[in-house]
Amino acid sequence: MATASAHHTARTQADEAADEAARTAAYEVVFDAAVAADERIEPRDWMPDAYRSTLVRQIAQHAHSEIIGMQPEANWITRAPSLRRKAILMAKVQDEAGHGLYLYSAAETLGVGRDELLDKLHSGRQKYSSIFNYPTLTWADVGAIGWLVDGAAITNQVPLCRCSYGPYARAMIRVCKEESFHQRQGYELLLALSQGTPEQHAMAQDAVDRWWWPSLMMFGPPDDESSHSAQSMAWKIKRHSNDELRQRFVDIAVPQAESLGLTLPDPDLVWNEERGHHDFGAIDWTEFWDVLKGNGPCNDQRITQRRRAHEEGAWVREAAAAYADKHTSPAVGTTSTTGETGATRA
Amino acid sequence: MTLTVNTAAALALGDDALVLSHRLGEWAGHAPVLEEEVALANIALDLLGQARVLLSMAGDEDELAYLREERAFRNLQLVEQPNGDFAHTIARQLYFSTYQRLLYAHLASGDGEFAPLAAKAVKEVAYHQDHAEQWTLRLGDGTDESRARMNVAVQALWRFTGEMFQPLDGVDVDWDAMQTAWLESVGDVLRRATLTVPEGPRTGAWTAGAGRQGLHTESFGRMLAEMQHLHRSHPGASW
Amino acid sequence: MTNTDWPLWEVFVRSRRGLSHTHAGSLHAPDAELALRNARDLYTRRGEGVSIWVVPSAAITASSPDEKDPFFEPAADKPYRHPTFYEIPEGVKHL
Repeated sequence: MATASAHHTARTQADEAADEAARTAAYEVVFDAAVAADERIEPRDWMPDAYRSTLVRQIAQHAHSEIIGMQPEANWITRAPSLRRKAILMAKVQDEAGHGLYLYSAAETLGVGRDELLDKLHSGRQKYSSIFNYPTLTWADVGAIGWLVDGAAITNQVPLCRCSYGPYARAMIRVCKEESFHQRQGYELLLALSQGTPEQHAMAQDAVDRWWWPSLMMFGPPDDESSHSAQSMAWKIKRHSNDELRQRFVDIAVPQAESLGLTLPDPDLVWNEERGHHDFGAIDWTEFWDVLKGNGPCNDQRITQRRRAHEEGAWVREAAAAYADKHTSPAVGTTSTTGETGATRA
Repeated sequence: MTLTVNTAAALALGDDALVLSHRLGEWAGHAPVLEEEVALANIALDLLGQARVLLSMAGDEDELAYLREERAFRNLQLVEQPNGDFAHTIARQLYFSTYQRLLYAHLASGDGEFAPLAAKAVKEVAYHQDHAEQWTLRLGDGTDESRARMNVAVQALWRFTGEMFQPLDGVDVDWDAMQTAWLESVGDVLRRATLTVPEGPRTGAWTAGAGRQGLHTESFGRMLAEMQHLHRSHPGASW
Repeated sequence: MTNTDWPLWEVFVRSRRGLSHTHAGSLHAPDAELALRNARDLYTRRGEGVSIWVVPSAAITASSPDEKDPFFEPAADKPYRHPTFYEIPEGVKHL
């Protein structure tokens, strides 16, 4: 005992630091091997801080996008032109709330609370997909969102089902399974308009004209300008590059537009036999960055509505919490913590 | 429009479900907590499903929903009341779902035209009533603010609750017994929620009638204008 | 609880009779009753379940309490736990 304690006190801070570094290095080897072997990283596993913060940022942004994304479509629930369409649209907007919840739940396994994430959304410190800063001006926009925006989202999301972080991958599997109807309903809606009266056809074409380019921007900046891409690919959070996914989406959309009887608003869109892909025109990245910075048509409106719903709901959340205080045993359910048995993490 | 007895009843019940579903749909993106976005949408979707079955018994669902004028709607005034704050929405849900549950339980036990629909719907509305009850308890017995808001809401909507028990041609129910059961059930929930059971009149003084006679409140016209404008702007189009 | 942060609950869903409850995800609710109802709306709205459990996340004790403990070593050193470890002469049935 005496020797051990003497030995212990003799150790310097430098020794401790060296030990810590060695431990971290050892953990990192195990982590890297797991990622390389396509195994999933789970909440209580050791992970590099940057991996954790990248995931929090990405999952939170994804969750926020689902929640903010409810607004442009909810804008048409009360005006849906048939009861069938109204039921479909309500179910779809409801799914988006659900998807937001699955994703917040995944983010919470990383040690951040949903309230903290919502605060960051409300104060503009975390982003959501810029596509939702465009307005839904006509009923056809609901169809264009389903076909193009959800189509682009699905192209992005399917590879995320194999993301290296388990809870995120599992949330995405659930989301993708449920989302399969979203794109189809959008396509069907546009088809009905395209084959309808001349006014309906014009409405559909106008919506596609407005949503096509912003949809292409959803894949993010070109690979050579994307700041997070390389590391995310190495960690298998991301499986394909922005440009790869964008190309995949264009190749899928072109024949779909043809069978819709609608034109995509790009004169440079042409099949390139050599590449085996469609070439397409230059994207206006100035608009993308401008909208991202807050200057889109609906940035203020979306955040204001979200913040208002949250603030106006505060008394309801307080009431339920007060009721629970009075009526449930204090032993359970009163501590906010992190999900998926990451429970002991502070 | 000349209506058979059962068509008139299908319209009345269908309009109730259609209009309340529409009002609940207005909450999308505005709910006080995300979990409640999902819950309110579930209820709205159940009601819309009921409305579609009922309106289809009376004619073409879209023609009936989108092309009738305000005076031709037969829904209760209660269901067309604007959402107000969450307390008003919950009070409206409590009053209506308790009524609907009693009515559909009765219809489901019979062998009339509405029995198949009622058998399915009674399970849905049992859940709606449970949701309303859970929230009434929490808002009533929550904070001072929530109790005050809930008391205002149950009081404000009280005068629309008498109309529910006006006999409806084509629906064979002991309306008085149903009203007694309703008062008992709602009173019990309100008391457990530490709320004041309202005592004022439960119908308006207007002898011409109310929703079942096609007489509605002012906000209903605007609700219909919003709901119908797109459909009406493209006569004959399909969607 | 003086703030409005509702606690977190873990949700377990039995997808059909004969199967055990499996973890579906988590949600926030002020108490068990609402947790159960929220879980019903969120995790079974396409008819994915016949029974739900909700458990306060804080009530779960997880293995590997040392959060720095990296990965479980697979229990690969006890092959005799698996039936394929044993060689049975051909023709012997029902084993």
